[in-house]
Amino acid sequence: MNTHAVVRDLHGPRAPRTPGQDIAPVGHPQDGAERMTQGNHRDHGAPAAGGTRLSGEGLTLAYDRRTIAEDLTVAIPDHSFTVVIGPNACGKSTLLRALSRMLKPAAGAVLLDGRDISSANAKQVARTLGLLPQSSVAPEGISVSELVSRGRYPHQSLLRQWSAEDERVVAESMSSTGVAELADRSVDELSGGQRQRVWIAMALAQQTPLLLLDEPTTYLDLAHQIDILDLCARLHQEEGRTLVAVLHDLNHAARYATHLIAMRDGRVVASGPPERIVTAELVEEVFGLPCRVIDDPETGTPLVVPAARRGAAPASRRRPVTPPDPSALPARTPVPPRRTVRSAGGRA
Amino acid sequence: MRTAVKTASRNASRTAAGAGEGAGARTGTRTLRAGSVLSLRFRPRALVAAAVCLLAALAAGVVTIGSGDYPMSPAEVLTTLTGGGTPAQDFIVNELRLPRVLAALLVGASLGLAGAVFQSVVRNPLGSPDMLGITQGASTGALLVVLAGGSSAALAGGAIAGGLLTGLLIYALAWRHGTHGYRLVLTGIGVLAMLTGVNGYLLTRGKLMEAARAVLWITGSLDGRGWPELTPLLIALAVLGPVTVLGCGRALRMTEMGDDAAHALGVSVERARTTALGSAVVLVSFAAACAGPVSFVALTAPQLAKRLTRAPGPNLLPAACMGAAVLVTADWAAQNLFTGRQIPVGVVTGLLGGCYLVWLLATQRKAGRI
Repeated sequence: MNTHAVVRDLHGPRAPRTPGQDIAPVGHPQDGAERMTQGNHRDHGAPAAGGTRLSGEGLTLAYDRRTIAEDLTVAIPDHSFTVVIGPNACGKSTLLRALSRMLKPAAGAVLLDGRDISSANAKQVARTLGLLPQSSVAPEGISVSELVSRGRYPHQSLLRQWSAEDERVVAESMSSTGVAELADRSVDELSGGQRQRVWIAMALAQQTPLLLLDEPTTYLDLAHQIDILDLCARLHQEEGRTLVAVLHDLNHAARYATHLIAMRDGRVVASGPPERIVTAELVEEVFGLPCRVIDDPETGTPLVVPAARRGAAPASRRRPVTPPDPSALPARTPVPPRRTVRSAGGRA
Repeated sequence: MRTAVKTASRNASRTAAGAGEGAGARTGTRTLRAGSVLSLRFRPRALVAAAVCLLAALAAGVVTIGSGDYPMSPAEVLTTLTGGGTPAQDFIVNELRLPRVLAALLVGASLGLAGAVFQSVVRNPLGSPDMLGITQGASTGALLVVLAGGSSAALAGGAIAGGLLTGLLIYALAWRHGTHGYRLVLTGIGVLAMLTGVNGYLLTRGKLMEAARAVLWITGSLDGRGWPELTPLLIALAVLGPVTVLGCGRALRMTEMGDDAAHALGVSVERARTTALGSAVVLVSFAAACAGPVSFVALTAPQLAKRLTRAPGPNLLPAACMGAAVLVTADWAAQNLFTGRQIPVGVVTGLLGGCYLVWLLATQRKAGRI
């Protein structure tokens, strides 16, 4: 099955399975695929060959009486950079909250290494699974190095407050996120992009093989978004961590993810490598947005170009048999004209 | 076992080339390590600040004991305290004046500690127990006992019950998927307004004698406090102080980054918070039972401590020491600065605290934070 090959290529060399995870990976991916085919959805070789240390099984997620998702099953392939996408309020952040035991599922269970995460010891979980939440507050006047060193909390105790190992890991985390020079600066005075790097450094200092990121690029300008995503991709590739991120920008997701989970109305519509699953039909189905999918000229990954609204461009600009004028496209997907050559003539 | 005290800068330069000065020098922390099992991290500045506050509190206590109608020098006081005074001195110091000073120390420490916990949980300097109605609740309980003509012991019991019930009420009203800071403040302010009304009503119902006794109590006074009033608070602080400082301090520091971030780091957020808030409410109630609702100490002490230590986090221990220093000093001022007659310590802390609050708001406004 060639999808396996694709997955293997993208995920790189596979680390040996750790003992104790045999229970989770065997049944769940198939189970998940089954559910999705039942619902007439696509699953292209999702968590095929690798293991899944983290998975959600038959999750019903609800705040009070408001149910966000019912009978949701997901599996995070090990060593993948998994990105969850979907329209607002589709339940993607809620899913991430459940996976990080921030939200207890009303039914079903989140399994980490085959064990129900809600019954596991909090500090023990925090040594395996890290989370970069959306709503973190830097305490007033705290310095960068001090904030990063708080990531060591799950490795510490009342008597073991600051070991040599803690110190080494904090220094490493700061240098691998490029904030070492900022170490003695106050977090308050940093720019948004720098601050996000510091928070990522804190999550890295936690030294978890799995790291979840809830919209890590929100509120950043385009250059800093790419900067943060490049950093994530590097952490994924070089250190073999499993990354799970919720992203808003479909094109960023398609470019950086090795595994994509597309959600709508609390359901997984499709999951798999972006090359396989990102199609115009999927985007239409998930976001309700007519579009075309072309190859990203930089990376060859799928690039979603939303269709121009009929009559949006002034009549003088509407010429027959030309590619859509980039200026008529919504601003969030700026596409230089040369990129559209391949699909010229597709739309008048 | 090899014990090594070293600045982290030396270690950091070994591990991270190009990391510059090193974490210890930057954050003002030192590490004490013994083998690989024990490693303690502390801020010299915070420890020194706490020690200075504690020494200041004790010194002010000695001076307070020595002042009054029968003045004594600090040396005489210390000699008497260690058992070397004349019988007259021994009676004045150990029977009359020491309990009052001890009460001031314990009430101040309890209020400082409780204030630091509340301000940390609420993430707002105004989120202190006297702003949230806990002390007003204690007053309501005490007033009810006074109007019923109860004894001093019953009054203390009423204050404790009132404080605890108010704490429970606020928690029950504010609780929804965890106590959120703003919700707690707003609920507390609502309860405070309600209880102030109730207290005003109760005062008008009392007879003249009862009302006078009630008003004196409501202002907060250490006058005539002895061992019976002191002992319950001493026990409460001896138990709950370590529980709060050692058991919840580190977790509270983590929750200042937001519940999600603390959760992700493996902090049992709700458990730490409930324990710390519960302890704080008990401490405030017992302190009120001992000295009445002394105002503003719980608000100012943690803020002053924070400015001394310049450290993020709740600064629980420095806040407790600062609270003790503030209250003993205020009590000395209440006894000596106003000629003619003594005034209740609550008046002094109210005046000082009010000035401090205005100053705090003015400077924070300049810094653009409020």
